[in-house]
Amino acid sequence: MKRLLVAALLAGTLLSGLTPASADEVSQYIPLPTYRVGAYASSGELWWAGERDYFRYINEVEGGVEGVKLNYEEFETEWSPDRTVEVYERVKAGKDGSPLAFFFTHGTPATYALLEKAAADKIPLIDPAGGKTETVDGTVFPYAFPLLFSYYSQASTGINYIAEKVGGFDKLRGLKIATVYHDSAYGRASQPAVEVLAKKYGFENIQIPVADPGNEQSPQWRQIREQKPDWVFLRTWGVSTVVALKTAQRFGFPADHIIGDVWAGSESDAIPAGTAAIGYSALAPYPGGTDFEIHKRLKAEILDKGKSDLRDQKLFGAVNYNIGLVNAALAVEALRTGYKHFGARPLNGEEGRWAFEHLTIDDKRLEEIGFKGLLQQIKITPTDHEGGGAARIQSWDGEKWVLQTDWIKADHELLNPLIQAGAAAYAKENGITPRTPETETN
Amino acid sequence: MNMFLETLIGGLLAGTMYSLVAIGFVLIYKASGVFNYAQGSLLLFAALTFVTLTDQGVPALGAIAVTIGLLVLTAITIEKLLLRPLTNRSPMTLFMATLGLSYVVEGVAQGIMGSQVRALNLGIDDLPIFLGDIMISQFDLIAAGVALAIVVVLSLLFNRTRIGIQLRGVADDTRAALSLGIDINRIWQIVWAVAGLVGLVAGLLWGARQGVQFSLSLVVLKALPVLIIGGFTSIPGAIVGGLIVGAGESLAETYIGPYLGGGITPWFAYALALVFLFIRPAGLFGERQIERV
Amino acid sequence: MSEINLPAAAEPIDQVGLKVLTIVATLALLVTAPFLASEYWINAIIVPFLILSLAGLGLNLLTGYGGQLSLGAGAFMMVGAYATFSLQLRVPELPLPLALIVAGFIAGAVGLAFGIPSTRIKGFYLIVSTLAAQFFFEWLFLKFPWFYNGNSSATIALSRGLSFFGLDANSPHGRYYLTLGIVALLTLLSFNLIRGQTGRNWMAIRDMDTAAAVIGVPVFRAKLQAFAVSSFILGIAGALWAFAYLGSASVQSFGLTRSYQILFIIIIGGLGTIRGAYLGAGFVSLLPLALDWLFQHLFSGHVDAGLLQNIQKAIFGLLIIWFLIKEPEGLARLLSLRRTQGARRRLFPS
Repeated sequence: MKRLLVAALLAGTLLSGLTPASADEVSQYIPLPTYRVGAYASSGELWWAGERDYFRYINEVEGGVEGVKLNYEEFETEWSPDRTVEVYERVKAGKDGSPLAFFFTHGTPATYALLEKAAADKIPLIDPAGGKTETVDGTVFPYAFPLLFSYYSQASTGINYIAEKVGGFDKLRGLKIATVYHDSAYGRASQPAVEVLAKKYGFENIQIPVADPGNEQSPQWRQIREQKPDWVFLRTWGVSTVVALKTAQRFGFPADHIIGDVWAGSESDAIPAGTAAIGYSALAPYPGGTDFEIHKRLKAEILDKGKSDLRDQKLFGAVNYNIGLVNAALAVEALRTGYKHFGARPLNGEEGRWAFEHLTIDDKRLEEIGFKGLLQQIKITPTDHEGGGAARIQSWDGEKWVLQTDWIKADHELLNPLIQAGAAAYAKENGITPRTPETETN
Repeated sequence: MNMFLETLIGGLLAGTMYSLVAIGFVLIYKASGVFNYAQGSLLLFAALTFVTLTDQGVPALGAIAVTIGLLVLTAITIEKLLLRPLTNRSPMTLFMATLGLSYVVEGVAQGIMGSQVRALNLGIDDLPIFLGDIMISQFDLIAAGVALAIVVVLSLLFNRTRIGIQLRGVADDTRAALSLGIDINRIWQIVWAVAGLVGLVAGLLWGARQGVQFSLSLVVLKALPVLIIGGFTSIPGAIVGGLIVGAGESLAETYIGPYLGGGITPWFAYALALVFLFIRPAGLFGERQIERV
Repeated sequence: MSEINLPAAAEPIDQVGLKVLTIVATLALLVTAPFLASEYWINAIIVPFLILSLAGLGLNLLTGYGGQLSLGAGAFMMVGAYATFSLQLRVPELPLPLALIVAGFIAGAVGLAFGIPSTRIKGFYLIVSTLAAQFFFEWLFLKFPWFYNGNSSATIALSRGLSFFGLDANSPHGRYYLTLGIVALLTLLSFNLIRGQTGRNWMAIRDMDTAAAVIGVPVFRAKLQAFAVSSFILGIAGALWAFAYLGSASVQSFGLTRSYQILFIIIIGGLGTIRGAYLGAGFVSLLPLALDWLFQHLFSGHVDAGLLQNIQKAIFGLLIIWFLIKEPEGLARLLSLRRTQGARRRLFPS
């Protein structure tokens, strides 16, 4: 019996390698490494709902992208980069006749882990508002796309907002700005940018680490109370955000002087903190809310027809759901760019790179696809794999996120040299000759 | 000096939160010799059930009653399906089995009740109280009170009731207890249910603090050094261990952390526990065993 | 307390022949495997399976043979990986195989240091020492940029890849043969160790350390030996995991879940057996994939995906419990039962 079971399971895995191909209609294969189990499932669940709902909308309402249907499939990773690598290996050859045009990593650590592999396999890694900041430089990292909003841009936009609040950049001089960060590569990713900004504007830069998972932060916030910073930039993730807000309240630090970054600014962060989160602001390259045109379309075509992947429809329009929508839209628009150039057929990795590198979403296009206000204007080029670099600011009113500003752009003139220096160092260390996009043909 | 006192007091109070989790372990270890890794998942399960019920509009008391009922059922199931078939197996096999159990509990709990973060409001505001210059958290103070109350109730249970005395018999010498006709399976069920109850209390307090979500189950990692310092078999030990770990962590992060770049809490408690172990290999309150060939 | 496992009788000739045949067949299969399996199977299943087996073997020496419970397998793998990275970066003259060996020795030394408490502490209390190692190294390798050469992603990767003595082992086949070679070599080493005085000392301590001390086994030295050898193997396994399988790694690759996974491997495979590590690794790496496949085909699209994933997790847990109940001594015993139907061994006297 036991052996039978083991044999059956073995046979199962063997077969999983050889799924039959259905030849009648070739669709673009999009694997989604997801996490519906484990510590990060709370943010993941909505994210995948957003992506799936949008892909479904494109397939069923718009008849695919330029007529090509999207074939998306989920793989559980529990947010572990190692398991994402396994998924990547499993899907990199494509499926059912469709090659892989790009790979969503759905997490910064997974992007880090796949960086070299994907470059060797020529498969674009898509990690909007995440990834390794230096990879914005597409001449050294042709296959990495940290779209929208890099970690340096996050720091810069945060400082720009503070400047706006205090009445100008000259007022920043002498201020104390503390960054409370999750002690990981993600948490530290913005440090070089803050350093440069501190030098330029003359504010004092205090960095305070919180060890994972961060469910006890009294020492950190006691330190804040001792040093009396004027503003706190919160770069935590998961439970450490909730505990940070609650502990800040206990130590009497006002929530309206705390600014969270992208991954600390969702409903999952604010709701459990209760009253402690009222007035808390967060950077929002993905604003929350249902007031955008696309939400009306989805509501009518997907939600009301019972086709949504959302478990709880109250969460329609939550920040994490909108993250999924925006990411899916970026992928769809890039594919469209590619199909217009190469013809309406599934793209491979190199064509996928071309497509992303020529992705432009202007205001008019934003209106058309219903993402005005939800997504910023995008222009990606071979030298700029970020293509946006702006965020809106939203604050929590105790019930929902309320948008405070329009798009605030990061100071790219200041950041670019930093990014290029980092990319050049990487190129030197790994023996990469940066490409010269101007001379490329196709 | 005030800074030091405040850090110390804050740490001690935070430590009682660790103790609360550790007590659940001690109960089970005492009665069945199992190092129950699934305690964290049970804690998550209890808190999640409570929150799900109250979200559906069930009044708090009713929700607690239903949750307790479910915990008792869970305890009986675990005893029947896991403990009984594994009687007389090595402690390590049992430990691994509870690791498997934690997967089951987490999978079922999150599968049924979802993995969204839920807010839990116990009606205790976490506002600071000042004693002179020293700030104390009201929430932690209440948590400490709850921990103390649990210890008192449990020691009454163990010393004054028939079940408690049977339980101590089982803990001291299982074979002798069996030969006296004590129904050891029932004792296990009771102990696991009580441990679940303590888990519920701990889960509610931790949940109010950080939201009810998966990472609640990770507080076991905080409880382990507490157990080591206090000893696996002593409830007062769990309290003292919690206080030591809480105060030690807090002081270390404030005074040693800056020299090491900060963020040292995850391993500091374990290092502290190691130091204690070198001095007393069975914990401060643990029972020493004499070894014979 | 425990019965001694003596071979019942000399094996009949035809069985020896069978054994030789099996070994030859296995070897042939191992050598030709890359030409039979797809790239995905080699990259994502066979190579990690071999490395996990090696890690299981390392932990089995300590836990299965030496009787010392450890939850820090991930930490020692981490030390091996980071040491290899550092050596390749800072001592580029050192060819990769030598770097791996030196990294193994470094991991062994670290294991020795964290094994010192075992001379005073036993059983579950020992977990704390190994867990301290786990959390300490996670913190250390993340905190100080020197360990990952200060790059912004805090990951480590070999900039020259897997090449040594003019050979290039970067292709899937190259990685497979490199891994296979190392795993085979270390397995052979472990076999010899177990059958010699060292192994017997370990088993004596495992079965009852007080008795072992009385009959003159150098308990202190043997325990530390077990920690050192186990960590040596784990260290090399860690380096392989980072560079032969993943390509680049961070501390997350060697977190607590990794330590649990290795422990699962040896318990499911069979404590105190060499082949148990392989069987366990096969079970642990294939089961989730098989479950995933099964569920995708049976329920995909019909049942909420979140529910499906959680059910899968619960089933994995149930299977582990079921296994512990039904076959406490692991897959290795299941196989040996069929062959010898004889002597029973008991580990960890209760």
